[in-house]
Amino acid sequence: MNINLTLFAVAAAFALFIWFTAVFIWPPLMRAIESRQKNIADGLAAGERGKQDLAQAETRVTALVNEAKARAAEIVALAEKQRNATIDKSKSEALAEAAKVTQAKLAELEQEIARAKEVLRNQVADLAVRGAEKILSREINPQVHAELLNKLKAEL
Amino acid sequence: MEPGTELTPTEYITHHLTFLTKPIGDGGFWSINVDTVVTAVLLGFVGFGFLWWVVRGATSGVPGKRQAFVELCVDFVDEQVKGIFHGDRKFVAPLALTVFVWVVLMNAMDFIPADLIDKGVVSPVGGHFWRAVPTADVNTTFALALSVWTLMIFYSIKVKGLGGWIHELFCTPFGSNPLLWVFNFLFNLVEYLSKPLSHSLRLYGNMYAGEIIFLLLALWAATSWAGAIFGVVLTVGWEIFHVLIVLLQAYIFMMLTIVYVSMAHESH
Repeated sequence: MNINLTLFAVAAAFALFIWFTAVFIWPPLMRAIESRQKNIADGLAAGERGKQDLAQAETRVTALVNEAKARAAEIVALAEKQRNATIDKSKSEALAEAAKVTQAKLAELEQEIARAKEVLRNQVADLAVRGAEKILSREINPQVHAELLNKLKAEL
Repeated sequence: MEPGTELTPTEYITHHLTFLTKPIGDGGFWSINVDTVVTAVLLGFVGFGFLWWVVRGATSGVPGKRQAFVELCVDFVDEQVKGIFHGDRKFVAPLALTVFVWVVLMNAMDFIPADLIDKGVVSPVGGHFWRAVPTADVNTTFALALSVWTLMIFYSIKVKGLGGWIHELFCTPFGSNPLLWVFNFLFNLVEYLSKPLSHSLRLYGNMYAGEIIFLLLALWAATSWAGAIFGVVLTVGWEIFHVLIVLLQAYIFMMLTIVYVSMAHESH
């Protein structure tokens, strides 16, 4: 156990190795480690943010879907109402039209009947007059007997 | 070895505990343990060269297994420093890493059987002595401990100023009463002396003892075949236990380094 110059030689080597480690080994490695740590932290933060965004998007999607459903239901209800209204309207229109047509036809028929009655009445009156002529064997003066004849027509 | 001459156990152990010392100038203090210095520097080149090689190719993306291993070690050291030293770790953490890596490698030389180095490398190239464990040389541990000690005093003065440091030498821990100055100073003197001594001798003692136990166990091979096998079993057992000592002593040496430097940053 004798101390000699070895001590200084080893001390010099030690100093050299400390310097080498402090300059060429420690800083670059620490930089690499720290930059990786930052990357990982950023990645985790981004993942967290993504998760939050997804949750937000999901709630928004749910809200949108619910709204759309409500709107669709509204539209369907409205359409149903409109359809019913349209059907009712067409029905009533058709009924009104039918009534109108029936009315018109009835009126026409009545006119027809009236006209036929008139014709018949005239013919009956003529027949009656002619019969009476034959019976009386002479011509009845229409002007003289017009009043009589009209009275007769009205009776028929 | 000459035929007919017996190698005694003492000679065997002494042979393995002799440094390859080359005098520079007058000899004595002015000589250098070539084996210690060369092994230590080579291990430093290997260890820090490996780290440098890995760091040069380091990516901040997904690390490879090699980089992950280096990062594991570096992070382990950084965590230890973080736990003790509260300040800018720009210098202290690399210092701790240097100490840890270098001391682990130097301690680990103990795992290579001494006779394998002796008979396999040193004798064939015409050498006689080569002690492979630099930390079993008190010069190495003193070199490390005194470097840390110098840093400790440097930081003490840097943080507190020269006046503050001298004030602390005389006025702590007992108080600033002039009557206590002598006691304070003596107390601090003991502390400043004991720190590098305990720091260096702990590591040196552990590694030296480990080395001697390996040599003693190797002596079993000189008894008989049965003794050789018994020696192998014991050596394996000690080797496994020694893994713990190698890592633990390196860890303790690093921790004390951090503690001493961080204590220098604190005012009492």
